[in-house]
Amino acid sequence: MANNNQGSMKRKRAVGNVIGYIVLILISLIWLFPYFGLLMASFRSFDASVEYGGMVDYIIPHTFSLDNYRFLFDTTQNNYTRWYLNTLIISLCVAVLNTLNVLCVSYALSRMRFKGRTLLMRFWLILGMFPGFLTMICLYFLLKQVGLTQAGAIPGLILVSVASSGMGYYVCKGYFDTIPKALDEAARIDGASRARVFLTMTIPMSKPIIIYTALVAFMGPWCDYVFASYIAFGHDKSYNVAVAMQRWMVVGDYQGYFTRFCAGGIVVAIPVTLLFMFLQKYYVEGVTGGAVKG
Amino acid sequence: MANKKSSPKKKNALANFFSILVSDLKEIGVTFKEGDFKTRISFLIFGFGSLLRGLWLRGLALLAVEAGLLYFVFGFGWNYLSKLSTLGTIATSKKGRKTVYGDNSFLILLFGLLTLFAVIAFITVWRINVRINRTEQLILKNGRKLPTNKEDFASLFDSNFDKTLLALPVIGIFVFTVLPIVFMICVAFTNYDANHQPPSNLFTWVGLENFHQLFSFGSAGFGSTFVTVLIWTLLWALLATFIDYFLGIAVAMLINKKGIRFKKLWRTILVVTIAVPQFVSLLYVSKLFARDGLINGYLLKIGAITSAIPFWENAVLAKITIVVVNIWIGIPYMMLIATGLLMNIPEDLYESARIDGATPWQMFRHITMPYMLFVTGPFLLTQYTGNLNNFNVIFLLSQGGPKTGNLVGGAGRTDLLITWLYKMTINDTNYRMAAVIGIMVFIVTAGVSLVVYNLLPSVKDEEGFQ
Repeated sequence: MANNNQGSMKRKRAVGNVIGYIVLILISLIWLFPYFGLLMASFRSFDASVEYGGMVDYIIPHTFSLDNYRFLFDTTQNNYTRWYLNTLIISLCVAVLNTLNVLCVSYALSRMRFKGRTLLMRFWLILGMFPGFLTMICLYFLLKQVGLTQAGAIPGLILVSVASSGMGYYVCKGYFDTIPKALDEAARIDGASRARVFLTMTIPMSKPIIIYTALVAFMGPWCDYVFASYIAFGHDKSYNVAVAMQRWMVVGDYQGYFTRFCAGGIVVAIPVTLLFMFLQKYYVEGVTGGAVKG
Repeated sequence: MANKKSSPKKKNALANFFSILVSDLKEIGVTFKEGDFKTRISFLIFGFGSLLRGLWLRGLALLAVEAGLLYFVFGFGWNYLSKLSTLGTIATSKKGRKTVYGDNSFLILLFGLLTLFAVIAFITVWRINVRINRTEQLILKNGRKLPTNKEDFASLFDSNFDKTLLALPVIGIFVFTVLPIVFMICVAFTNYDANHQPPSNLFTWVGLENFHQLFSFGSAGFGSTFVTVLIWTLLWALLATFIDYFLGIAVAMLINKKGIRFKKLWRTILVVTIAVPQFVSLLYVSKLFARDGLINGYLLKIGAITSAIPFWENAVLAKITIVVVNIWIGIPYMMLIATGLLMNIPEDLYESARIDGATPWQMFRHITMPYMLFVTGPFLLTQYTGNLNNFNVIFLLSQGGPKTGNLVGGAGRTDLLITWLYKMTINDTNYRMAAVIGIMVFIVTAGVSLVVYNLLPSVKDEEGFQ
């Protein structure tokens, strides 16, 4: 009797697992399908004598070709390499500077108690509730005054992104809060200054959160469309990939540019995705920690 | 009850503020009365006392700040500040071949505000300067020693390290966030739009007229459009948050399930979606559902449909498509978070439930869900407010379309407040209404946060689930 029961339990679990696998495989297919489609379309030539560069009703191209990729890296036809480099420069600068900024703010708010600390935190929280685009027009004119729009859009974008990054201190401060204060106290009794504690103790202990902050900051500019297009307005050489490719897709004749967009998307996605996969562990840690503390 | 509680609190805060102000003024008076000539001259020349007392580091710093601010206010800002009340009266015009330059309302407002802030900064530094003099004098009077310049400098990396760390971030946030926000709040009270573009057409203060227009329900008013867009914004955020939340947890539980293998593989597949920049994936998906896109094309080819499904042209269908695509975006993120949290649920809770003969569904309802809701309450709230302002998904998928003639201000059927704001800024240069909408977005976000935050169980009793 007991044996029988166990047997049915086992069978039940096995059936459950089979259903589980089917669902998971289905999910995987749905999630990967757009990327598969993107990849396939990027191999479809836009050359009218070979195939068609717009949208079609099949996925696998009739003839595989590298025309789109050749087009991307042909500097006589378009500025893709320039756009790509722009984005890469912005991303790297923003990743480094944002992280430094966030670390400073987080340490000050987590470890030091000064007059107006809670007031400052509350004020920033309220500021964060204003929609970012509201500030766009004003920022444009501010940057224009110092020549950081159009031709100077790259440093301008970096400046704006870094300047306001201090408000995103939540996750990092949450992490600092979990490092026991007793460690700080011990070092200070031994005569170390706050700055020394910060540089030689707190920072080395915060590797995961530093990587997380830098990773998120690095990924941001790759999607930055709105602000980048506003600041670089009309100046082709200052575009980032998102602005330029959005134009291929929506503003320009997307019928002919669709496969080129796909190829460009693949070239953008590969390094970012690889980096992300590589540092996934830290990302998960940061996201989960941030979610629980709210 | 809550009202009763808060009103005396508010009164207290106000009374507090005044008592602080009064005692502050008193202290300033005492400082002057009891001050020696060094302190008294410092009231005019910042840092004078410190300099004479040998503390040249802080003395020079104060003096430099004073000189800088005074130069800024009188050398540059005064011109703008004086016109702030009218925002300029003489427009730039052309007389024959010559251009006669006049005022520029935009710059007057922007730099006028900046100057106003500089004046506030000046007063603050003045107050700090007075206090420093007072302390120095008291220390000397009590026969103690003043800190040396070296100690002053070292304190910037020790007891005053917070000021060193926060100086740049605070200035950055001030110039690039606070100033623009205050500026746009001011624009909401002006008539800055396509017909009033400085320098050829100045704009000026109009009081509450824009808010009036927002809530007027006539044919030219923004009232009905605002309500329509607001309802869709709230509904969208609700759907996007909770559907993703529950499905994400479900997927996480499925992957965590005993007996399922290759857990890491399944997770990685989903996580790719977070890594690929959204403008690539979302633009592709948007074209996937287009009238001439892959899905319609394929269905037409195999004869499943006779005419293309209007995914983006039909208002209801577009809304459904957006919510569905957002599931595709949102699940991986939620799955990541839920995976970590699910593992934190004490296993013995399930064990004892199993012994009591609970079914999996009962365990889910009475153990998993309460725990998850408790732990992720604040997270859900930030997700909700994030979705209220989820520009990317809407803009990259439907651009707010389908377009309609029934809504004013260029709003489409799937526009959120935030994308509507964007359209008004970019397409119509209707800055005044964009600013009003921006303020409304703030009110909605802040209102929702405030109300929900106070209802959250994890805020009400922090020990609840322990």
